Parts: sequence; C-alpha cells; structure tokens
Amino acid sequence: MAQNAKISIKNLAKSFSGKTVLTDVTVDVAPQESLVIIGTSGCGKSVTLKCLLGLITPDSGDILIDGVNVVGQSRAERETMLHRFGMTFQFGALFDSLPIWENITFRLRQKQTMKKAEARAIAADIVGQLGLGAHVIDQYPAELSGGMQKRVALARAIADKPEILLFDEPTSGLDPITGGVIDNLITDSVKRLGATAITISHDMASVRRIADKVAMIHQGRVLWSGPVSEMDNSGIEEVDQFVHGKPVGPLTTAINKDALAAQAQKVG
Amino acid sequence: MFFIRFLRQTGQAAFGFLASLGRIAFFTGSAIRWTIQPPYYGKQLSRQILDIGYYSLPVVGLTTLFSGMVLALQSYTGFARFSAEDTVATVVVLSVTRELGPVLAGLMVAGRIGASMAAEIGTMRVTDQIDALDTLSTRPMQYLVAPRLLAGTICLPFLVLIGDIIGVFGGYIVGVYRLGFNPALYLSRTLEFLEFSDVMLGLIKAAVFGFLIALMGCYHGYHSGRGAEGVGLATTNAVVSSSIFILIANYLVTALFFGV
Repeated sequence: MAQNAKISIKNLAKSFSGKTVLTDVTVDVAPQESLVIIGTSGCGKSVTLKCLLGLITPDSGDILIDGVNVVGQSRAERETMLHRFGMTFQFGALFDSLPIWENITFRLRQKQTMKKAEARAIAADIVGQLGLGAHVIDQYPAELSGGMQKRVALARAIADKPEILLFDEPTSGLDPITGGVIDNLITDSVKRLGATAITISHDMASVRRIADKVAMIHQGRVLWSGPVSEMDNSGIEEVDQFVHGKPVGPLTTAINKDALAAQAQKVG
Repeated sequence: MFFIRFLRQTGQAAFGFLASLGRIAFFTGSAIRWTIQPPYYGKQLSRQILDIGYYSLPVVGLTTLFSGMVLALQSYTGFARFSAEDTVATVVVLSVTRELGPVLAGLMVAGRIGASMAAEIGTMRVTDQIDALDTLSTRPMQYLVAPRLLAGTICLPFLVLIGDIIGVFGGYIVGVYRLGFNPALYLSRTLEFLEFSDVMLGLIKAAVFGFLIALMGCYHGYHSGRGAEGVGLATTNAVVSSSIFILIANYLVTALFFGV
C-alpha cells in the first residue's frame, strides 16, 4: 500500500460462472484525490466499484480503506463503512416512488429522526448548490430530464457529506454541455467536501476535467495508472488507442478475438 | 444416446427445481427474519396496506359477489333434483367462507398485487435502485420485502371477510329475488349451520395466501433478470407460482384443520 493511501485495492480478482472479469486489479487512491477508472465496456470497471462497496464479494484480493480491509466484513461493519460513502449510479437509480426531497435526504432520515420541514430545507439547499430551483424537490424522478436526474443523484450522494464519493458513468447519455456542467459540479462537490473520489468514465473530455489520476483496466488488470497529465504520453498502445478513440489498434483486435472465441465456443 | 440425453435433461430439470426451492426457502427465512427485526418502515407498510387492502376491494368484491350468485343458482338447480332446495343458503355460506372466498380472493390478489410487486421490485433491481438502497445503509429486505409480507398477511383476511359477506349477499340476492326464497328464512338458514370455525378456516387460509402472494411477488422481483424481458418474466413467474402455491396451501391448510 502506498503511504497514506485513502483507498488501496490490492490484487483484486473476480469471476462469474467461470468467466474471469478481474484477474489482478491493484491501485491506490490518495486522500482527496480524484481517480478515474477507464477501460473498454465489460472490462470490469463497475465490478471493481461494486467490490469496493461490498455489493459483490471478490474471489481474492484486499480493499483497504484507511488501512482497514473491508473485504469479508460483517454486515454491521459494512453498514458503518457505507456511511462514509456516497455513490451515484449510471442511470441515477433514484427511487421512483419518492419525491426528490425524500430521495436526497433518504440516508439522513434513516440515520436520525428529522422533521419533514427540516429535511425539505436541506434538500432545497443542496439542489440550490447544484443549480436547480427549489421547486424541483416536490417533483418525482420521472418528471425530470436526464441532466436534472444526474444532479439529483449527485445531491443524494453528497447530502450526508461523505468522505468517499463514487461515480459510475456520471455523464453518460448527456449532451456535451450538460456533461460539462455535471463534471464541474462533481469537481466542486469533491473539493468542497474534501472527499476522495473514484469515477468510472468512457468520456475522455470528462476524464480530463475531473481526474487527478487515471487508471486503465484491461484484461482484468490495471494496465496503466498515473497522473492525468501523463495520460497522453503513457507509451502504451492500448492506453493511447483508448484515450484517442482510435478505431484500429490492440484493443479492437482483443475485442474481435474475444468475440470470435465466444462464437467458436457457441458453435462448438 | 436418446436415453442418456433424456436422463440428463430430466436430472437437470430436477436439480433446477430443487435449487429453486432452496433459494425460495432461503429467501423466506431471510424475509421473516428482517420482518421481525427493527427498524420498521411504517410509511412503507401503510402504503402497502392501502394498495393491497383498499385498492383490491373492488376486484375481490366483484369476484365473490358473482361467485355467490352463481353458487346459489347452481346449487338450486342441482339440489332440486332430490328436493333439497332449502339447503341452498347453507351451501352458499359454507362454500364461500371455507373455500371460494379465500381461494378466489387469493387468486385475484395474486394477479393484481403479486404481479405489481414483482414488476416494481424487478424494475428497482434492473435500474440499480436496490443497490442504491444498500449503499444508503438501508437493507432492501427490510425496506422492500418486510412491509409487503406483513401487509399481505394482514390484509388478505380482512379482504376475505368482506368478500365472504359480499359473496353471501350475492347468494341472498339470487335466492330471494330470482329463486323466490323467503328473505327471513334464507337468512336464518344461512346462519343456522355456520360455525365460527368455518369463518376462521377461511381467514387462516387468507393469511397464508397473503403471505405467499407477497413472498412470490418479492422473490421473483428481487431476482429479476436484466432488461424489460427479465421484469416481464419475473411478473409472470410471480403470478403463476403464487397461484400454484395458493392451491397447494389450500389443500394443506384444509387437511391440517380437519386433521385428516
């Protein structure tokens, strides 16, 4: 573990029904650092994040938060640990049956008895910080646009002032301008809270805006990690292809090989 | 070759069935545990009670009303063959309270509520809302499953009780206005042979059915596959499995109650 790492993922491995997704993921995140994990679809980025949250139990490896291994924790220990996290999911995962103010203050109201007026005031304050009108708090998720839902998801993640923020594809499905606004809000929120952040993204413009450090997962392991400023000069073909979105290169060859192997297995 | 393939497929199906039973048993144990253990989500419970108890009333009422009416007609035409028409009221009340009320209400609620529970929880599964609950330090079993199980078990007996009254009333309408029974005589015949245990049997069955409907709705929704197809399949499985479980439980409870 690097000295003083807030989060240290070591030799993480995970398979599903014989299909290996992660073979050996090792990466450190320093306190208040923003790590962005990149990689092709299906490379195991989301699985890494889910292992970190304890939603999936890894086959082997360790995840240390402030030096404490969270793999194999009891349910009670895990719940205490989760209080330190805020998470936004790819499609928001807002609770359809609850109005926005209840979505945002969900965890706060689980932790302590809170009057409705107080919870509404907190929700209105947070949505205000994220550039939404206070009237939004009485609406339901289905009534909001994709960009607004992403903001509300961010509001829910930061409401309890967590130490660690996780973002799964925060700008997917958004136009570039709204994506940029969301990135700025993420950066501001992370800085304001002094939080450590891990983000999964395919959007390279977004990566450049929010990352301090970038890690690329390929074939179940971290192929390269380093400061965002060095991303363009990694000297690794796969990273270069991904970063510049080149249609031809080692990644596409690997993808085609995988597809052919799967097809051969099916036919066989 | 054919024989081996047949054996393999039969074995796979048998193991698959046993594995499903094991998963359901595990889910049931876990659901009961989290239903008993605090915290309790009162708002969720009241929402489910409203949905299951109140909004199912028209469906259950109509079903039992017409069942009572048909039963009066059928038993009248049948019993007329051996001059036993005066037993119509007794047949209607006993059939409705012991069997038709709980079973028909159970099947109707399975179609309405079981499907809606599976669809709602299944959608929450595929849109990561269940994972989101978990990350917000809330146990999905306690927040989603426990209130539904409790509401199903509490509401069905009340629905069946109301359904019983409506069903008997249906029989009364046909008996008095169509078949020409004396109203006072029909009512006295209705109450004459009705025992408390008849009503209780129906209510016990209803509680068991309510539990099973909610359990199957939650189980299939919770383990829903990805996408619209997964949710659709979960909904179908919830209705089919709860209907089958209702019919099996109906026999078991009846046999247990009468000790035969």
